[in-house]
Amino acid sequence: MGLIFKGFKGKGTFPRGIHPQEQKHFSADSAIEVLPAPENVLLPLLQNIGAPCESIVKPKQNVCYGEVVAESKALISASIHAPISGRVMKESVTTLPNARHVPAIPIKAEGKQLEGTDLWDDIFGGEWPKKFNGEFTPKDINKMIDDAGIVGLGGAAFPTYVKITFNRKKPVDTLLINGCECEPYLTPDYRVMLEAPEPVITGAVLAGIATGAKDIIICIEKNKPAAIDLIRKKAEGTNIKVAVLKTKYPQGSERHLIMAVLKKIVPLGSLPADVGTVVSNVGTIAAVARAVLKKKPLTHRVVTVTGGGIKNPKNLLIPIGVSYGELIEYCGGLTSNAARVLSGGPMMGFAFTDFNMPITKGTGGITLLTHEDMEKAKETNCIRCGKCVDVCPMHLIPAKLAQAAKYKNVELAEKYDILACMDSGCCGYICPAKIPLVQLIRMGKAMVQAKRKNRME
Amino acid sequence: MPEKEQKTKIENPEISMIPHIQVASSPHFLNPSLTTKKMMMDVLIALVPVIGMAIYFFRLYAVKQILICLASCLLAEAIFMKMRKKSFSLFDCSAAITGLILGLSLPGPAPWYVGVIGSFVAMGIGKIIFGGIGMNLFNPAMVGRAFVMISFAGVMAASGYVDSTSMVDAVSMATPLNAFKQSGISTAIFDLFMGFTNGSPGEVSAIACILGGLYLCLRRTVSWEIPVSLLGTVIIIGSFFDFLSPQEGWTLFHHLFGGALLFGAFFIATDPVTSPLTPLGKIVFGVGTGALIMLLRIFSGYPEGVMFAVLLMNGVTPLINRWVPHRTLGAQHYRS
Repeated sequence: MGLIFKGFKGKGTFPRGIHPQEQKHFSADSAIEVLPAPENVLLPLLQNIGAPCESIVKPKQNVCYGEVVAESKALISASIHAPISGRVMKESVTTLPNARHVPAIPIKAEGKQLEGTDLWDDIFGGEWPKKFNGEFTPKDINKMIDDAGIVGLGGAAFPTYVKITFNRKKPVDTLLINGCECEPYLTPDYRVMLEAPEPVITGAVLAGIATGAKDIIICIEKNKPAAIDLIRKKAEGTNIKVAVLKTKYPQGSERHLIMAVLKKIVPLGSLPADVGTVVSNVGTIAAVARAVLKKKPLTHRVVTVTGGGIKNPKNLLIPIGVSYGELIEYCGGLTSNAARVLSGGPMMGFAFTDFNMPITKGTGGITLLTHEDMEKAKETNCIRCGKCVDVCPMHLIPAKLAQAAKYKNVELAEKYDILACMDSGCCGYICPAKIPLVQLIRMGKAMVQAKRKNRME
Repeated sequence: MPEKEQKTKIENPEISMIPHIQVASSPHFLNPSLTTKKMMMDVLIALVPVIGMAIYFFRLYAVKQILICLASCLLAEAIFMKMRKKSFSLFDCSAAITGLILGLSLPGPAPWYVGVIGSFVAMGIGKIIFGGIGMNLFNPAMVGRAFVMISFAGVMAASGYVDSTSMVDAVSMATPLNAFKQSGISTAIFDLFMGFTNGSPGEVSAIACILGGLYLCLRRTVSWEIPVSLLGTVIIIGSFFDFLSPQEGWTLFHHLFGGALLFGAFFIATDPVTSPLTPLGKIVFGVGTGALIMLLRIFSGYPEGVMFAVLLMNGVTPLINRWVPHRTLGAQHYRS
């Protein structure tokens, strides 16, 4: 690793973590297809971390493609735009895979829609300059990202304009573009890097201007050589560097990426900005380029429908708000041995059964696992082997935290930093006794949070 | 659940005909190749060279002890689990490991009831009384061995290893340490390394223990921290005493390859249940065990201290887990 990882302070990897089967072969080689325009979309009013939006449209009102339909005055929020032209229907409620019950605006398609290659050209086509001579000030770019309603497309859905901003108090020196995609199965970022590298490069340059970062580094795991070569080639003539990282889970986590590339440790309770770093996903950064150069909002994204439980795994360019069921249907439906449907990947994704739920901005893919994947060994006693300790990327002691949660020992859980757990799932993956460590720790986190809330009241 | 699924308005019959879709929280992906049973099987595989060498040198003595202890441990586990109304647990192979390790650590000529009593104590007082696998505080095999060592002091003492009328070479000679203490004869290092000496069947062959131990460490079935820190400590203390009294004749290499040191370092001290959780804790455990072994070997009347050293460190393992500092990634302080 040391030989390949020259030019950066970090080691190209981080201590601990796991090496799950990658399972990217299902969809890695299928080119992104444009989903035919749907008849209906449902736009949940909360698609980001932070405050929910409020609807600014009325039922029966006509909206055009790209028009704002909901916004919020809160600082941490992202406005929502219509992904199709059509008529607004009566506001309804939907439950998202992460179990949030939120109001949503249905839109029924009417009139001519942008489809096929036209849609592709609208989103990824056209000219993408690599150099700017003061056409855009940091403030302009920040404002345009805000207006476009962009959130982190890697999964966390944190409003991007809050991160990509010029901050005098905490100057940013490095911008990391996250193309690691460490989650097994998922391939949307990989396909974007292969099929639309230009907007990624342009977006990175623009985000660099907006944040004032001196170094821009695109980080890609070693298992994606085609993307590494192409991004390197396209980045020629810019100051963008490409870092090739060890294939390891959770390499794409902000903290671990910063550690692997820059050898900086983000303190607990702090954000990457506190160590002068901004991390943004490749898909997000392509959306930034589009928002700035084409003044187009975030209405579409690339998702992967993959796994042994789907007939034809695909990468799709889809309008946000289309239902999970429609995508599954488009990919040929479920196979007879499909057992679990996940929003996201198998390590951190959410399982659900309601196929009418809409895809939101943060959904990177749908993973369909089979009964064979799900075959579960029986849970046995903890043999205190410490393998969970050896893999925890946050350097916690999962066995102890799970025990504290099981016996409702909130003090012990708090003392061992249970809230630092990032739900990576490494401990549950490795545990030879098949103890539901992550689930127990989640319960413990809820108990600690409840206690803190009580204390404040 | 079926009612709920019917509510989902999916037009495509292929989707609605799905037998059942499960829901659970993440992670949805577990490591299929790592289970408690597979870890135990790994230990059994690692014991193969040790058992092979034991049978080669001790012939029927080793076969007898191993079979007695193996059968008694399995029987004891079955009986005690039934008494406690717990589910059948022999398939996890942990009782088999206890039986093998106990059998390998008893003197060959010891009578049959020693193995049987040792096994029942190992499983009963050593393991099941605490709640079965994963719950015991002390290494079961060592609990059983300590019990018979105190109860049958004669058979378990250095003289118990010797049966001068035996046709088997290994059993007819004195144990290396006894030969040295009684008559000042120092055994050749090569004999100790290969195992041409008398002792407990499992511990005589250093090379077999090293082979099995390396397999366990490379497979990451056991943590390398424990054997490395344990042997490191023995080497440091051993060379210190070598340096103090070079003429003694019992050198560092006698310490390393003689007695149960390697067998203990790789197979007994590494028992995950009775060793600490964190890497640093494991190092503390290894250093402590190594230091106690040397303390007992050099200053106490017992011929070799591996068993007592491991049992003592097992006792402080909960304290190590509590006191050894640990630092969460990004935390300001170590906490313990």
